Amino acid sequence: MIQVFRRDVVLSIRSGGGFGLALIFFLIVVVLVPFALGPDQSLLAKIGPGLLWLGALLACLLSLDRIFGMDYEDGTLDLLATSPLPLEGVYLAKSAAHWLTTGLPIALAAPVLGVLLNLNFYVSGVLCLSLLLGTPTLSLIGSFGATLTLGVKRGGLLLSLLVLPLYIPTLIFGALAVHAAALGHTFEGPLIFISAISLGAIAILPFFSAAALRINLS
Amino acid sequence: MSIQSGIKYFWSSFWQLANPKIFMGWSGLWLPWVIACTVICLSTGLIWGFFFTPDDVRQGSTVKIIYLHVPSALMAINGYFLIVVGSLFWLIRRQHVSVLAAKAAAPVGMTMTLIALATGAIWGQPMWGTYWVWDPRLTSFLILFLFYIGYLALWKAIEDEDKAADLTSVLALVGAVFAVLSRYAVLFWNQGLHQGTTVTIADGVNQENISSVFFQPLLLSMVGFGLLFFALLLVGTRTEVRARRLKVLEAFERAH
Repeated sequence: MIQVFRRDVVLSIRSGGGFGLALIFFLIVVVLVPFALGPDQSLLAKIGPGLLWLGALLACLLSLDRIFGMDYEDGTLDLLATSPLPLEGVYLAKSAAHWLTTGLPIALAAPVLGVLLNLNFYVSGVLCLSLLLGTPTLSLIGSFGATLTLGVKRGGLLLSLLVLPLYIPTLIFGALAVHAAALGHTFEGPLIFISAISLGAIAILPFFSAAALRINLS
Repeated sequence: MSIQSGIKYFWSSFWQLANPKIFMGWSGLWLPWVIACTVICLSTGLIWGFFFTPDDVRQGSTVKIIYLHVPSALMAINGYFLIVVGSLFWLIRRQHVSVLAAKAAAPVGMTMTLIALATGAIWGQPMWGTYWVWDPRLTSFLILFLFYIGYLALWKAIEDEDKAADLTSVLALVGAVFAVLSRYAVLFWNQGLHQGTTVTIADGVNQENISSVFFQPLLLSMVGFGLLFFALLLVGTRTEVRARRLKVLEAFERAH
């Protein structure tokens, strides 16, 4: 399992798609928004938290079809399926690798980019925390969607269509936590909800994803 | 026949419907009657509701949209519920009729969701002064609509029929968990403008409930919409079963 994880991380770094792609997309979204909406500081501070969450979500979406797609095409996935590691483990390892190369860099970069959107230090901290707790869910749900659309040619659009409705609860609670912090309210409630969704996803989705993988490989 | 043996008899005959041949015979026999009842209930309910009920004191004639809005919303949710149940039966018992019923329920449910959203928007313009607000109920219906689109798109995208049945079933089960989650998540996100439920069986107990003048035709059109859903479901499932048989025949022809 650790081998699969390490292999996926190395592959995504060396092929130039992993760290770079999601981060640069995230950066572009954040930089372009002030040009579209005007440089009004109070407006930017107001929409900043939601915007950063939305940018993180879309950046996650970019690399989803790579998680299983290439391995399915060149037959690696068939080999993994016959290995002693259960498919649930393959799914978890690949989701973790996806998170490490997209979710984690985004969560760490978000406070820096928050400066551009006039977020103060405290709010940026909460933003970073909420992204750290929430992005694992995005990777897990995304990999689940990727297992469903494995056999579909040009399944990228379909994948986004399937995955986006599943992202809604995480997005709501994530943005809510940062908004609450920006307004000076307590933000623990939404954070607990995000963590609960993440833990639930880790507990349930491996079984469904492994089932979908078995169906696709049969 | 005692109640217990009656229940036992019901379930054994219910599972027999999973046999395509028995299902086709049974549904062919009942379909004309279901359609007849649908026409009677819907036409009576809607004509009664539209022409023979008084206008509401504050809402005027716009209140009459309730006879389309509430039943279609009810059927939109039941449609998704049916998909989940059908998918579950398919994954457990591997009987094609249940997953074909789920597939047939999807377009009907999606249309019902669209009707509920559209009638709500038409009612909302004069009442709330806007076609759309990001109210929890409205938002959850929009999310439900997205779920229907995703489910149908996955069916269309996968060529192998059994594989498509398996994968859409998995999606329906996971989707159900997240649909419920979204339903309660949006409650935290925005305070509602949509009114609470005023249609309950315990009519007259709660002062807030709808007057029986409106309730009786509404109940009739709700039954009518339920029957309409059932009739369309039967027609859709029968079409799917026939399409399957046709494919088998074609494959057989090609093989010989």
